[in-house]
Amino acid sequence: MSEIFGVPTQALFGQLLIGLINGSFYALLSLGLAVIFGLLNIINFSHGAQYMMGAFVAYLLLNKLGIGYWWALLVTPLVVGASGVVIERLMLSKLYKLDHLYGLLLTFGLALIIQGLFRNEYGSSGQPYAIPSQLTGGQNLGFMFLPNYRAWIIVASMVICFSTWYVIERTKLGAYLRAATENPQLVQAFGVNVPRMITLTYGFGVALAALAGVMAAPIYQVSPQMGADMIIVVFAVVVIGGMGSILGSIVTGFSLGLIEGLTKVFYPEASNTVIFIIMAIVLLIRPAGLFGTQK
Amino acid sequence: MKRTLLSTLLATAFGLGAAGAQAQISDGVIKIGVMNDMSGLYADIAGPGSVVAARMAVEDFGAAAKGMKVEIVSADHQNKPDVGSTVARTWYDVDKVDVIVDVPTSSVALAVNQITRDKGKAFLNSGAATSDLTGKACSPNTVHWTYDTWMLANGTGSAIVKTGGDSWFFLTADYAFGHALERDTEAVVLKNGGKVLGKVRHPFPGTDFSSFLLQAQASKAKIIGLANAGGDTINSIKQAAEFGITKSGQQNLAGLLVFMTDVHALGLATAQGLIFTESFYWDLNDQTRAWSKRFASANGGKYPSMVQAGVYSSILHYLKAIDAAKTDDGTKVVAQMKQMPTDDPLFGKGTIRADGRKIHPAYLVEVKKPAESKGPYDYYKIRATIPADQAFRPLAEGGCPLVK
Repeated sequence: MSEIFGVPTQALFGQLLIGLINGSFYALLSLGLAVIFGLLNIINFSHGAQYMMGAFVAYLLLNKLGIGYWWALLVTPLVVGASGVVIERLMLSKLYKLDHLYGLLLTFGLALIIQGLFRNEYGSSGQPYAIPSQLTGGQNLGFMFLPNYRAWIIVASMVICFSTWYVIERTKLGAYLRAATENPQLVQAFGVNVPRMITLTYGFGVALAALAGVMAAPIYQVSPQMGADMIIVVFAVVVIGGMGSILGSIVTGFSLGLIEGLTKVFYPEASNTVIFIIMAIVLLIRPAGLFGTQK
Repeated sequence: MKRTLLSTLLATAFGLGAAGAQAQISDGVIKIGVMNDMSGLYADIAGPGSVVAARMAVEDFGAAAKGMKVEIVSADHQNKPDVGSTVARTWYDVDKVDVIVDVPTSSVALAVNQITRDKGKAFLNSGAATSDLTGKACSPNTVHWTYDTWMLANGTGSAIVKTGGDSWFFLTADYAFGHALERDTEAVVLKNGGKVLGKVRHPFPGTDFSSFLLQAQASKAKIIGLANAGGDTINSIKQAAEFGITKSGQQNLAGLLVFMTDVHALGLATAQGLIFTESFYWDLNDQTRAWSKRFASANGGKYPSMVQAGVYSSILHYLKAIDAAKTDDGTKVVAQMKQMPTDDPLFGKGTIRADGRKIHPAYLVEVKKPAESKGPYDYYKIRATIPADQAFRPLAEGGCPLVK
């Protein structure tokens, strides 16, 4: 069997695939962050908590109302997205005229409160959520056993990422959105309700986080700090991709997943740090990120 | 990110006419600091439940009736040695804390161990696992109460090797605890004629273990030893099931440190059949059942982990030692604790050795199938009881400088 640096190529394929799966989550989460930052200029630190809420809403739907995974995929983003709309209307909308820092502090505080409430209610070890029966089992690919559910995650997240990119960069609605962030007064003068559009955009970004949360629930334990563990990495992804760049966050999300996967084979101890090393290097060479434009 | 929460609880009122017993108590108050992970992956194992256990110990000791004033404070060390060290110094220097209890996460425990020794205070560790606390890092100011890596390795490791699990691959949390658990288990595996085919160190805390599990699968080892704890163990077990590793029948998982709270979080359907070692289970006898029900009613219905039980039992013995020695000087109280035999409803009768190791029996348990469980928290079958004199590392083998 052929080998690369002492690792059999077959094992390497398996690890790359796993990296791609983790990359799917990075891409989904950083996408929501990029949409919110790109269009609202808000650094949404409660994104991790909203991802966690997505997982918990799916768990509660199943255990309290008997609503299964597939409906949860639809209902959860609506519920959590609506909570995002409320937050935007009541709090964030008051901060647009102020420095970025205020939005960051507000959302960070909200994240701590939300996590604290869930921890108080459900403890820190988390709750189990079963894989939907249609997606249990897996395929033997020869070089690895690929659980069906993980395959579904790769496909679903690629579809979601591509659709979001398409809507924002290639449709008329997306053009309005982008125009509204460039020059809100002018767009408003054309009869577009800019504040409502901004509110809905925040709701959409939050809904994306919740969707990622539902998808993560069967793999990871549904626990209050699942978002906090993830959010720091996701912020690094956004910074590497370029703050606010939709395409950047998608491409970086998937590729960092791959790089992290390779690190886990060759030097597992560094797999937590590798993303931050890359971030530091990128910031030194291209301070606006790989896909970002200097303002 | 610093959110050290300090909740001060006045455990007992000042007793009247307590002058005699109070004479040697510094500033008239015995202050107990419960330090652990209040919000992260170990919060269910220790966390606020340990504060509940501490409060129960003070009540059951009857501090008020004996004229002793005892206060309990608590803090979150966030599993970070630097945060834990800062809290410990502030507690000892500014807040006049006399004893620190619990402290899961071995890296933090080793730091607090050293600070306590420097300050001449007392440290009753229940939550941490590393056997170094009573080995090369042993201290005249520290008692290691509930369990340690040697006990886990000896109980679980030898039981598995003897039933045919003779080739191992370790999945190890990359910090002091994981390294100690891996080292102690490897020694047991080799001693019993098994072999270790490989190991991988994962970052702590982790979320996705599939990559490491695939490496373990590729090793073809019969046993994948999980030298991690809490949320890391839960996710490892869950993902091993997802990737069909346990279903194949070729490989089995050995959870080297599993707590009842982990089993509760996994659910019996996923956790069934796991074999591991604990030193306390709520359903051992009438006394443990009665205490655990009281604990649960004060802890939002959640039953105690062995760490929380250890917090209770260690504080009870600490207060008895103060009562006997008439002083709260850390070094003197710990010496007194070692002199007196221990006796409490949770761990039964026991002793504390010169190296600070608390000695009691350990239990090899197996997680029940969902059909065998008769009610909430009915999770374990006791497969074997390891007698107190065999459960822990022999005194001479630890390399503790206090042992002559």
